[in-house]
Parts: sequence; structure tokens; C-alpha cells
Amino acid sequence: MISQLLVNALVAGSIYALIALSMSIIYKASEIPNFAQGEMAMFSTYITFILLSVLGWPFLYALAGTLVFAFCLGFLFEFIFIRRAKEPNLLGFIIITLGFQMVLYGLAGWKWGSDQRTFSLPFSESEVVFQTESVVLTEHNLASIVLAILVMAGLYLLLEHTNLGLAMKASQQNVRAAKFNGIPTNRILGISFGISSIVGAIAGVLVAPISTLDPSMMWDPLLKGFAAAVLGGMKSLHGVVIGGLLLGLVENLFGFYISLEFKSIVAFAIIMLVLFIKPSGLFDKHYVRKV
Amino acid sequence: MKLKRGYFEDIRIFRNRASRFWTFLFILVLALLPFFIKAYYLSVINLMALNVIVALGLNVLVGNTGQISLGHAGFVAIGAYSGALLMQLGLPFVPALLLAALLTALIGAFLGIPSLRLEGPYLSIVTLGFGLAVMVIIGRMDVFGGRTGMSVPKLKLGWTGLPYDTALYYVFTITTVVLVIITIILLKSRIGRAFQAIRDSDIAASVIGINVSHYKTFSFAISAFYAGIAGCLWGLYLQFVTPGTFSFMMSIIFLATIVLGGLGSVTGSVLGAIVMTYLGLQLENIVGVPVLGDVIVAFSDSLMNTSGIANIKWVLTGLILIGVILFEPMGLNGLWLRVKRYWRLWPF
Repeated sequence: MISQLLVNALVAGSIYALIALSMSIIYKASEIPNFAQGEMAMFSTYITFILLSVLGWPFLYALAGTLVFAFCLGFLFEFIFIRRAKEPNLLGFIIITLGFQMVLYGLAGWKWGSDQRTFSLPFSESEVVFQTESVVLTEHNLASIVLAILVMAGLYLLLEHTNLGLAMKASQQNVRAAKFNGIPTNRILGISFGISSIVGAIAGVLVAPISTLDPSMMWDPLLKGFAAAVLGGMKSLHGVVIGGLLLGLVENLFGFYISLEFKSIVAFAIIMLVLFIKPSGLFDKHYVRKV
Repeated sequence: MKLKRGYFEDIRIFRNRASRFWTFLFILVLALLPFFIKAYYLSVINLMALNVIVALGLNVLVGNTGQISLGHAGFVAIGAYSGALLMQLGLPFVPALLLAALLTALIGAFLGIPSLRLEGPYLSIVTLGFGLAVMVIIGRMDVFGGRTGMSVPKLKLGWTGLPYDTALYYVFTITTVVLVIITIILLKSRIGRAFQAIRDSDIAASVIGINVSHYKTFSFAISAFYAGIAGCLWGLYLQFVTPGTFSFMMSIIFLATIVLGGLGSVTGSVLGAIVMTYLGLQLENIVGVPVLGDVIVAFSDSLMNTSGIANIKWVLTGLILIGVILFEPMGLNGLWLRVKRYWRLWPF
């Protein structure tokens, strides 16, 4: 039984980790907690659905189309709204992302909200890949874990081994110095939003088959992902991944051994405890602000 | 321009005779209103009053102290449920209201304790989690009726000799006016100044001798107190409360209200709550608006989906939120100040 729990924890954890990564990429780049992330992912998932089921594209093309759409959505969000903010402060940015979240939620509900959809991917959650007497691994489980690992590896390569990643890191560390060295920091910020939107969209495509495809499907995963990001320390990418996996593990163990009813809020109890001890999360350095 | 010459001139409530006159006229109009308008509009005003109370409290926390709360619906829920429970146990209205609000304030102070070390996104996620946790916990408790909710007893207002709706209107309006006055006094006092000092720079505030942790916790408690009162009245307004009423979206709408009205100003809270409530009710039946409604229906038919048309409310609310931040960061209050300044020297 415990091994099955571990598998479930790993699947939930990798989805949380993906969402947490998408929050963290934006937070590292701009110190904005992007509450619109979930709705952006939801919107991209609907695009996948349309490409797959209505237009009948093959899965890989549909996925590629979704990723392009997600990148444009993130980039345009930054370009149209975030960049125009007057006297920007943290609260203002939070309000803009909340407003964008509402707009996307309303649009999706307006267009698609009224009907129930069945979202079928080539990897279904009822087909079993691997089975022993104690563990059942479905196609969807396997796909979640593999996709999450692929995304993480891709992000690692992008950030550590390309000029774009170098430019992103430079503008995160010091915007002004990066600008002096000829990095187009505004465009880099837009690209960061786009990349984070792509990571979120992949999480959305993985969430849709196990929940229902409707406009509020990402609320719960987003909050868990955000909690995971806070748990790991919003600014440390490896910390965020560990936070996601940890959250999936604790949640599943709690749900099995203690109480299934309160499983959904255990995440917040954990982060309150962790933040009480380490105010910047587990893996982030806590900077004491100087005057 | 007339300068202020002393401290008492700075802290008094009415700046001059004119503002006193208009204030009393406004209160008189509020008092006589039930005799002239229909019961439906009374209930709209009641809803506005509820939103004004929450907005006042939230604005003290967000606008004046600079903390962020994304879980205010949780406080309103605690107020609503505890007030309903106390009244079901047979407590009279006023003690029940005050007890429910004090209980909410106590919980608010507890939530304020983590806020001492957290800032920005970390605080927002903690308050957000709090708002969700409250609803999950209340939804599991049998004493509150679980997921189906619980009914709230009606007030015994027969002795006033008025119809129930009118009497309820007076209860709501009097509470709101009292709370507005208390907020104005509070913000002009030492406490309000301390809040603003903490918002502008908490390090500087602690250097000049303000006990930052004390005042931050206090700000959370005050904000929760207002939400508790509003919650208790909300129960009376709906007569039946369910956990689903106090959702995450409700918290966002509260935040939207004060952003639309103007952060850190009492006028802003009142204006924002009135406009937001009115907009919320109007956007529900936007199809009924003469020309615009037809355009929207035609648009929905061709591009969108007619059955999901109610969702246009979210789109417009979101656009309003973004628009306020992009074009008028001080909200309706800022707009009002600019209009006033423009007309002060008008025809010259």
C-alpha cells in the first residue's frame, strides 16, 4: 500500500512542482506572484482540447500548438498589462494578475463553460502500464512523471547552457547592470512570462484528464502549486521542485493515515508552520533588509 | 489656501461648516429614504452597506497598514456563522453582534502573528489559505449545519412598529454610519498615524518608537472586527448561510472594491463599495440593458456561447481592476479629488 501511496505522491508532486516552477520563474524575474497562472494554464488546456477534439490534430501537433499559444499568452500579458503599470508596487501587480485571472475565467466560462467536456489524451488514466500486487502505474501517471522530468531538464538546459538563460539570470540579479550590458531586459521579462506560461500549460494538460475540464479546474492545483513554491522558497528553482514533491508526499500520507476530509487544507497548515520557522521558505536565502 | 494652525484642527472630523452641513443632510436623506423608495432598492442599499463595512475594515489593513489579505471572506464567514449560532442560542442582537465581531477579531489577531515576519507573496498565500481553510472546516462542522448551511433567526424588530425590511434597513444603515465615523476617528488618531508610518516604512516606524508588531497585529484584529460585524449582518440579510457563499472569489471582490474606491481613504471605501455592489447587480442582467444587451447577445451568438453569458460579469470586473491600476491608481477617490480641484477655480 505504501508503495502505491508513493506513486500517487510522486504524480501529484510532479504536477505541483510544474505549477510551482511556473510561479517561480515569474517571481524570480519580477517579484510578482502571478495569480493568473492557473487561468492561463486552463485557457491553454482548452486550446489543446479544441485542437485535439474539434480540429482533430494529432496529439504532438496539438501539444506544440498549445505551447506556442501559451507562450504568446504569457508574452502578451506582460506586454499589454504588466509593462504599462503606473507607479508599480506589489499590491498593484497582484491586482493586475487577479484582474487578468478574472478576465480569462470569464471568457472561458462565456465560451465553453456551459457544457461538460471529456478530455481524452493518448495516455489514458485507466490503461495500466505496469502492475505488481502492490503498485498500479497507469499511463497517465507515467506520462505526468516523464513530462515533468522533461520540462525540468529543459528548463535546466535553457537556464544554464544558453545565452537566453544567461540573460534571464542577469536581469534577475540586477536589472540596471543587465541593461547597461546591452540585454533587452523588458523583452527578457516578456519571454520569462512566456516560458512560465508554457510550463503552466503542460501542468494544465496533465491536470485536465484527472479532474474535469471546466473554467475553475486550475484553482485547487494552482493554490497547491503556489503553496509548494512558497514552501520551497519562491526564488530557488530546485527548492520549488523539492517543495512540490514534498507537498505531494505529505498530502497523500496525511490523506491516507489521518483524514481524507482535511487533505485539501493540510498544504496551508504546512506552509504556515514552515514560514513560521523559515520566513523565506526552505531553500531560499533570507535576506535581511537594510535601511 | 487656509493652513492648519494646530493639532486639534488636524484631527477634527469636519473640515468646515459646509462639510458638516452636507454630512448631516446626507444622514437625513438616509433616514427618510425608506418612505420614498421600493423595498427592492432598500435591499440593494442593505447589500451596499454590508460591502461598505467590509471595505472599511479591509482598507484599514491594506490601504493604511500596507498588509495584503486575500482571505477576507473567511473573516466574514466566521462572523456570519458565529453570529447566527449566538442568536440561535437566544442571545439578543447587539451582544451577539459584538461577541461575533470580537471572536473574529481574536482570530484576526492570531492570523496577524505570522504577518509579523512575512511580506508580499508569502503573506498573501497565508491569508488565502486561511480563507479556504475556514470554509472547509466550517463545512465539516455539524453545529454549523455542514455543507447544507444553517438558517439565521430573524430579528425581533416588532417593537419599532415598522415593516421588517424597513427596520432591517435602519439596523444596517445605523451600524454603517457609526462604523464610518469610528474609522475616520481611528485613522486620525495615534493608531491610524502609526498604521500609515508602518505602511510607508516599517523600519523607520520602529525607529521613531512605534511598536510595529503590536500595531500590525492590531490592524489585522480591527480589520477582522469589521468583517465580523459585516458577516453577522450578512447572515441576517441572507437569512441562510452556506459555506459556498464565502468563496475565494468573494475575497477578490472585496479587494477589488477597495482598489476601485481608492486605497487608504474612507471616502474611497464607501464609494468603491457602492459602485462595486451596483455594478455587480447590474452586470448580472446585462442582457436587459437596451442597446448594449442586444449587441452582446448577437456577439455571443456568433462567436461565444449564449448560455454562458453571465460570465461577462467576471470579464468586466477584471478589466475594471486592471484599468484602475493602469490609469487611476488612486481609484474613485483620486478621480473625485481631481474633479473637486478642477471645479474649485471654475470659471477662471
